[in-house]
Amino acid sequence: MTLPLSGPPPGLRRTGLLRSLPQYGALAAVLLANWLLFPDFFSIRLQDGRLFGSLIDVLNRGAPVALLAIGMTMVIATRGIDLSVGAVMAIAGAVAATMTQAGWGLPAVLAASLGAGLLCGLWNGLLVALLRIQPIIATLILMVAGRGVAQLITEGQIVTFVSPGLAAIGSGSFLTVPMPVVITAALLAVTALLVRATALGLMIEAVGVNRLSSAGAGVNTPVVLVAVYVWCGLCAAVAGVIVTADIRGADVNNAGLWLELDAILAVVIGGTSLLGGRFGLLLSVVGAAIIQAMNTGILLSGFKPEFNLIVKAAVLLAVLLLQSPVLTLLLPRPKGARPVSAPLKPAIQPAKRESGSVKP
Amino acid sequence: MSRNWLTSATTTAATAMTALLIGLGSAQAADGKLVVGFSQIGSESGWRAAETKTAKAEAQKRGIDLKISDAQQKQENQIKAVRSFVAQGVDAIFIAPVVATGWDAVLKEAKEAKIPVVLLDRQIDTKDQSLYMTAVTSDTVHEGRVAGEWLAKQTGGKCAVVELQGTVGSSPAINRKKGFDEVVAKTPGMTIIRTQSGDFTRAKGKEVMESFIKAEDGGKRICAVYAHNDDMAVGAIQAIKEAGLKPGKDILVVSIDGVPDIFKAMAEGEANATVELTPNMAGPAYDALVAFKKDGKAPPKWIKTESALFTPDTAKAEYERRKDAY
Repeated sequence: MTLPLSGPPPGLRRTGLLRSLPQYGALAAVLLANWLLFPDFFSIRLQDGRLFGSLIDVLNRGAPVALLAIGMTMVIATRGIDLSVGAVMAIAGAVAATMTQAGWGLPAVLAASLGAGLLCGLWNGLLVALLRIQPIIATLILMVAGRGVAQLITEGQIVTFVSPGLAAIGSGSFLTVPMPVVITAALLAVTALLVRATALGLMIEAVGVNRLSSAGAGVNTPVVLVAVYVWCGLCAAVAGVIVTADIRGADVNNAGLWLELDAILAVVIGGTSLLGGRFGLLLSVVGAAIIQAMNTGILLSGFKPEFNLIVKAAVLLAVLLLQSPVLTLLLPRPKGARPVSAPLKPAIQPAKRESGSVKP
Repeated sequence: MSRNWLTSATTTAATAMTALLIGLGSAQAADGKLVVGFSQIGSESGWRAAETKTAKAEAQKRGIDLKISDAQQKQENQIKAVRSFVAQGVDAIFIAPVVATGWDAVLKEAKEAKIPVVLLDRQIDTKDQSLYMTAVTSDTVHEGRVAGEWLAKQTGGKCAVVELQGTVGSSPAINRKKGFDEVVAKTPGMTIIRTQSGDFTRAKGKEVMESFIKAEDGGKRICAVYAHNDDMAVGAIQAIKEAGLKPGKDILVVSIDGVPDIFKAMAEGEANATVELTPNMAGPAYDALVAFKKDGKAPPKWIKTESALFTPDTAKAEYERRKDAY
């Protein structure tokens, strides 16, 4: 599954796998540490027809950030960033809970809340693509305003609902696998197909490497940009619905709060550069899994809560150090392999070279 | 220099204008009614909205004219509101302070105008205790104690407790833990086997409880969960159910706040007790004020609201009574 998603041309595949070693290594190390702290970490049993165990918790609780990371990867690959995803989660959750409470059926509720996410994404996309506002500022607007919008929808209350259908999206299961995990896997597969089976992925990377020259080369940059923000909004809305369904209520003051930062972190841990260009979808999801494995591990360990943030920061520092181009150059590298500093170089060299010829 | 002067002149003019406008707009105490200005923080939670609603209802009951100013979580708005209340010459000012510091200057203005100030729900840091007449707040340490004592009595003093703490470093989390710990310390059979922060939210409460259950042999070693607020308890109840256990029976659930949803859970037998943080902070404040105006007797500096414990027997009626206030 790694190979088609990590996407470099065939000649580079071996290094592509090598490149993702730090991520898989870090995930394995965190899981191993969890197992040492808590020997039952890998034990899984069935509970009411649903897989039950700490490892399942990691996947299940990691699903919202993984979903955000999928959308965020696309945006970051275009050299953008989307700070509004947490607020979009709150909006989608507020819409879902309020409409369910008002008696709407599940299809209408889902259509409306996912629609809200698409609209938010469209708003961000238009600001970035057409008005050319810097992404960090453009999406900051919705980050601030979005939670207010969600509060307006719920009138500042925690809106609870009784709806077995909606609740199943958060805590139901499909073939014993928790629903959030199934949904995340499905969305990952669809996204991967969209960007890797078509030229879209290449265009996204091209825009990220150099917007002007990719426009010159015939890429419709505004459409690509709007598309990635819309997709990111959709992913955030799905995450918002899952979180709301899980607690059977929309807690807009807290839903998705600061999760935009976790999502960006997941993407960065996954090795996608904030400078745009080459991206790895699956690796971003692995990044989200690393973050959640760490969170779950801290909860299982019995450390005092005052240590949570420090432990988290220390582990993250270790993971990012593993990826540091300076430090990896110091390590002995396997024979025949290219230096692991490859991630720093944009994947699409040709696009960069073209920029010279396109300039008027 | 001149720029500063200009700014301050503008501000003064603006303040005066606001005061004038509000002053014109109010038929100030024409019928001998007490007029109270209330600077409320905003509406960040269901509890806060209930506090405002109750303040209005209690004022109406006593025939008091209540003017509410919503500060939208900003201290500067609260200071402005207090100044305009002073300019209007209200009979008393109630403040639910958004932060603890920075009140001395504006409270001095109120004191010079001889307007008594009552703090609601939160205390402030000040060296000069004479700046306010009294503070009406709950005793959060006592809340933890009440929850602990109920649990000790219920389980005959033998109970392995998991604790869901509030936001790390917040004063209700520190105090609610302290009060509960006091009871644990004097009850030999009672221990806290795990404690973690659930950030006062449902989602985190659920996630942390899930890991507690796994860490304690599928929840078999857990006798009760003590949550620093009801929302985390509601999340924990879901986690217990999803682990195939019965909340309220296999694992007892005790929490603090008394929001409607926990009464619903108690009515359904899924929670066992809650200690109420009453949203009626204004009621005792009005009573103190009326007594003060009548015979000039100053109330004590701290009026503690009652931390009443509620159990499932009354849950259904309490839920009906509360669901509209929140």
